[in-house]
Amino acid sequence: MILDSKIPSGPIEQKWDKHRAEVKLVNPANKRKYRILVVGSGLAGASAAASLAELGYNVDCFTFHDSPRRAHSIAAQGGINAAKNYQNDGDSIYRLFYDTVKGGDFRAREGNVYRLAQVSTNIIDQCVAQGVPFAREYGGYLSNRSFGGAQVSRTFYAKGQTGQQLLLGAYSALSRQIGAGTVTMHTRSEMMELVVVDGHAKGIVTRDLVSGKIESWAGDAVILATGGYSNVFYLSTNAMACNVTSIWRAHKKGAGLANPCFTQIHPTSIPQHGEYQSKLTLMSESLRNDGRVWVPKSANEKRAPHEIPEQDRDYYLERKYPSFGNLSPRDIASRAAKEVCDEGRGVGPGGRGVYLDFSAAIHRLGEKTIAERYGNLFEMYERITGENPYKVPMRIYPAPHYTMGGLWVDYNLMSTIPGLHVLGEANFSDHGANRLGASALMQGLADGYFVIPNTIGHYLASDTGNKVGTDHPEFKKAEAEVQARLHTFLSIKGKRTTTSFHRELGMLMWNNCGMARSEASLQQALSRIPEIREEFWNNLNVLGSGLEMNIALEQAGRVADFLEFAELMCWDALERDESCGGHFRTEHQTEDGEAKRNDQDFCHSAVWEYTGTDSKPIRHKEELTFENIKLATRSYK
Amino acid sequence: MKLQLKVWRQQNTNTEGTFADYTLNEVSPDMSFLEMLDVLNEQLLGKGQDPVAFDHDCREGICGSCSMMINGKPHGPENMTTTCQLHMRKFNDGDNIVIEPWRASAFPVIKDLAVDRSAFDRIIQAGGFISVNTGNAQDGNTLPIPKPDADSAMDAAACIGCGACVAACKNASAMLFTAAKVAHLGYLPQGQPERNKRVLRMVNQMDSEGFGNCTNTLDCEAACPKGISADNIARLNRDFLKAKLKGISA
Repeated sequence: MILDSKIPSGPIEQKWDKHRAEVKLVNPANKRKYRILVVGSGLAGASAAASLAELGYNVDCFTFHDSPRRAHSIAAQGGINAAKNYQNDGDSIYRLFYDTVKGGDFRAREGNVYRLAQVSTNIIDQCVAQGVPFAREYGGYLSNRSFGGAQVSRTFYAKGQTGQQLLLGAYSALSRQIGAGTVTMHTRSEMMELVVVDGHAKGIVTRDLVSGKIESWAGDAVILATGGYSNVFYLSTNAMACNVTSIWRAHKKGAGLANPCFTQIHPTSIPQHGEYQSKLTLMSESLRNDGRVWVPKSANEKRAPHEIPEQDRDYYLERKYPSFGNLSPRDIASRAAKEVCDEGRGVGPGGRGVYLDFSAAIHRLGEKTIAERYGNLFEMYERITGENPYKVPMRIYPAPHYTMGGLWVDYNLMSTIPGLHVLGEANFSDHGANRLGASALMQGLADGYFVIPNTIGHYLASDTGNKVGTDHPEFKKAEAEVQARLHTFLSIKGKRTTTSFHRELGMLMWNNCGMARSEASLQQALSRIPEIREEFWNNLNVLGSGLEMNIALEQAGRVADFLEFAELMCWDALERDESCGGHFRTEHQTEDGEAKRNDQDFCHSAVWEYTGTDSKPIRHKEELTFENIKLATRSYK
Repeated sequence: MKLQLKVWRQQNTNTEGTFADYTLNEVSPDMSFLEMLDVLNEQLLGKGQDPVAFDHDCREGICGSCSMMINGKPHGPENMTTTCQLHMRKFNDGDNIVIEPWRASAFPVIKDLAVDRSAFDRIIQAGGFISVNTGNAQDGNTLPIPKPDADSAMDAAACIGCGACVAACKNASAMLFTAAKVAHLGYLPQGQPERNKRVLRMVNQMDSEGFGNCTNTLDCEAACPKGISADNIARLNRDFLKAKLKGISA
């Protein structure tokens, strides 16, 4: 596997301009000869599909949802970062770049991250022009707030629904192109297989989720923008249908998968309340701007929170990280919560929770101001828990939320399969071992609006292999494989449901490859996963047929892929014998329990090559060099 | 809690549906309504019966997927709450609960509780956007927008496209949905150049999809889980009339 990152030479602030000046272009008349398949319609997919169609390409866009507007980007609450420095508080492109590289614990490529910071400002402009109703000050200018991991206010937001508004912006741009006939939208259509012909990505096979029809689609390039794999943990803040299938299928066809063990556990989710629970609900990180996190000092505390006096409370984030306090980065805040709960000081049922207390902010600013800032989040909390956070501190606990790992891509966002491009959370590129808050929206839109429209032409104008149609034998072969797989699910006729397998896998991953990992826990998971997988293929119960809407059948395919992918995640976590960012190996910690990096041996991205379901994958390395930021121990103290 | 469910079952668009009765014995008050249905489905699968199909995804009340009539009300009894955010503590032990899909000819049933809402997408495709290509934009702060306008735009833009407004309406009108988008873009200076054409095109599309007419009974506003105001409908009517009087063609 050749890993050429194609980072342009020269000073970092000139790389992107230089690259854009040097890449090959497709002339306007020729663009309409190309067909691009975009899988996914979230921020990255919708923005890419719309922008490419505006350029003149023919675009087919696929989503398993009933409408592109339902992609899970819609659930992002807090905001989107941009280096505008509207607040005159010392922000700059360099500082956003620096914060992102440092926040990612020095496991991301400098060149990509710098470009992300550069285009961040264009994103805000584009979204404003589309009519995204960002929050504004009384003078009519855009408002900002601060977010975890940064000491400047660079986060743009639309109440607590920033993801929704940005997605609806991208959806409106996409809808305009659908209306104009330049994008053909395929809803309720799930990608089942990638088709590679002579080494080039040439198409996909989909299943129509209503009719069950298996169909092939041929294109000149394929873009995957299918999000992350947090649902490998079963319980996560992701939507129910989020899955690993498209990137796993691509991986099995030869695309390198990078750093799968880099998963983000978000510190502020509503704690789990029961066995039957289907998902965890996030409370925006923005709450940490005004909420103070604490637990009782004593493990034997029995009093209600308002009866516990100040001297018996431990504001542990403020105590341990005085300069960042409650705004410490996510991985650090999550681990600190786990630590105090492991000490027996957790609150709520099962002792898996910490308080997020707004009483000081309400006292300082008044209930009205707090309601203006967080009203919808407070309401959501009350609906779910039945408790009023204006009166009683919220209870929060970390939950799987985002995955930094994903398909390896070069500077052009192309994977190791020529023609296969990967955008947004589905790729591995920008967040290293930990993502900062309000940076996911930024990356998804950067990739879709501003990077891929500039880079895909370079591939199309180079060697793309032969033009093929869906009558090519590779398509027929892929279709037959998909059919066979569906047939197998339906013919096992065992006793257990897909959900029960998913839950079992999720629990194993959370306990053994979650917030803290060790060699022993990972070895245990690696021996257990194949056993669960074997039982899955022998004792699964899926009813009905493949020729109708069949939700159990849809889930079976996704869970089958999680059962293979989980093993790779554990291999990655095991072989990355260091702690960094969200990857915390208990063997590697400093005296005060912080992640201890090993730059000597692990200053690289691990890129995995598939070798078969029951054989160990091959680990390749892309070395990371830091020319602009000095490799340093991350400190938020 | 023990519950008696009456659930609409329909194999596909072309077959007739009917209600089926189910009993659930151990429902926790902390479950969400959809988690209660998950439990039902696991129970059905265990008995070798087809699970109930329903649309759902984020389960945070924002994606707009979930769509069911619960005891005759879109999204059930709690105000300003989507089905996924409705919790069983709002029900009592022994309750009978009737669960149906959205009923509107413009939203054909696909299976059980899942309906086809692509008509909403086509209304947006007809004009629910600002025509700006990627890369055209100037600096975001060159266009100050009074905070009250930005706030009003945001309130209208909060629509999640679930279709509860249509389901609640005796005429299955899509006026609140369409008006929310017309108002969102109409409040903003960026939305002015296409304001007239937008409203005409979106209303034309709405009518051609087979949605009924608005008779101002405002059930839509009462049913909306995001509190979209029916004032937006007045704005749509005004914009529509203005565009017509100006003699603008769609």
